[in-house]
Amino acid sequence: MSDRKTLQIRQISGHSGPSAGFDMQRDAEVCKLIDTTICIGCKACEVACVEWNDMPFSPTTFDNTYQTMPETRWNFWNLIKFNEHQREDGTIQWLMRKDQCMHCADPGCLRACPADGAIVQYTNGIVDFQQENCIGCEFCVSGCPYDIPKFNPATKKVYKCTLCSDRVGGGLEPACIKACPTGCLKFGTKDDMKFIAEERAKQLRENFGFEHAGVYDPQSIGGTHVVYVLHDAENPERYGGLPKNPVIPWSYTIWKWLAKPVLGTFALFGLVGVLLHYVTVGPRRTQPEPPLKKEA
Amino acid sequence: MSTAVDRFDDKARATFDRIGQNEVYEGELLRHRVYTRFLHWMVALFFFPALFTGFGIYMPWLFRWFTPIFGGGALSREMHPWFGTGFVIFFGLQMLNWIKPMKWTAADSKWMRNLGKIASGKEKQDLPDTGFFNAGQKLQFWEIVGGSVTFLITGIVLWAGTRTFGRWAVAVSYILHDISAVIMLGGIFIHLYLSTIGEPGTLQAMIRGAVSEAWAWTFHPAWYKEVTGRDPVQACEEARQRGEFVGK
Repeated sequence: MSDRKTLQIRQISGHSGPSAGFDMQRDAEVCKLIDTTICIGCKACEVACVEWNDMPFSPTTFDNTYQTMPETRWNFWNLIKFNEHQREDGTIQWLMRKDQCMHCADPGCLRACPADGAIVQYTNGIVDFQQENCIGCEFCVSGCPYDIPKFNPATKKVYKCTLCSDRVGGGLEPACIKACPTGCLKFGTKDDMKFIAEERAKQLRENFGFEHAGVYDPQSIGGTHVVYVLHDAENPERYGGLPKNPVIPWSYTIWKWLAKPVLGTFALFGLVGVLLHYVTVGPRRTQPEPPLKKEA
Repeated sequence: MSTAVDRFDDKARATFDRIGQNEVYEGELLRHRVYTRFLHWMVALFFFPALFTGFGIYMPWLFRWFTPIFGGGALSREMHPWFGTGFVIFFGLQMLNWIKPMKWTAADSKWMRNLGKIASGKEKQDLPDTGFFNAGQKLQFWEIVGGSVTFLITGIVLWAGTRTFGRWAVAVSYILHDISAVIMLGGIFIHLYLSTIGEPGTLQAMIRGAVSEAWAWTFHPAWYKEVTGRDPVQACEEARQRGEFVGK
């Protein structure tokens, strides 16, 4: 789903370190800004996503909220999560958050993925799945702090939001951005979006009485290429599954990228070992053996 | 072990002896009965596909040329747990079948201390107290028992996945599953070597079920003594004087 001509690859799954040719061309890091304070929950982004990515119809689930379904699906990558938060004074705050892949700077999915090239990160920050290389092991699901990759049992592969890498590669904004009627969604360079987000948070704090308003760009995973402006940045959990300090299990760093190749090679030494034993010490024979030739 | 297991094993052994046969010629001893051989090869039949599909999951960048045999990476991943299930079931039966002769004894500790001499070929004949299984075989057996339990528990976690057991369960299970696999991979090289070219005359024990008497007094002297009542060292010496040289 990528356009390899225009998007430079930064790193790919199954290989540690940056990929060959990285940094030949410097791309600006892109970023999607989601201002939850002006989202009206119209779901135009959901429709635009399904339409642009040519997804089949996905049945909706009614659970007494406005939410289309409980969570994203392999063919439904963009979901507005409706959460009701009861304030201390008893009033209700209706929180709407557009849930999709966060395109982490340090992607847990990419770290967890054993298949080479099944997950790529472009220099512009987009993390994209290449289904032709995916083996469907679902380790990415455990690597992701946001529960985003979804397995399709029919194709045995995993899918998620591409940040419309095909559109971005062609110089267009992602489909959800184009569809948003309120200006809640913005797209641009990470620096610009962070600037706008911080300005908006400041405005919310100073003029609208949201004293904890802030920007969600968690540094525990090196920041994300989707940032939120939240009414209450102290408690992102209120927005339905947004962890304050997202983490990638340490095992994916220590084991997968370090010990695994070393130990794998070590096991192959078993093969080398028995071969060397055979040609040097030699096999153990059933006794009695014929007497050895006497040295003259 | 409980008697129910004993009864089950005895019945299975008797049933399989009726179906198949043990070919034991003159000068040979029966080592593995039909039931044992059947289980051994069923374990192998599931172990190798599980191992080879596992390669494609362990390190696809190294073993992706392997996966088309199983219909591609995704299908390898899909079939791997099924092969694993077969392996665990048949090895579980083999464990019940072998648990008694696999009991660790003082002779085994002695054998392990002597391992250097045996591996370097300095000790031609095994120690006189080496029974039906030697310490190396027992060690591998118990490694596979431990490994299979690890495979089973972590395998269920990985099979059901993050959405059932959570992120951390998968992240930890996956390490244990891999470590277990790496140990078994190292072990299978040694097993294949010693059962074929490393100790000639061994393979037929798992094919026909019989081994030569010379093989028995060389590698498992205490077992030889147990079944024939003769002294293994003396038997070997007599064969030498008769000029019956087997190995070369």
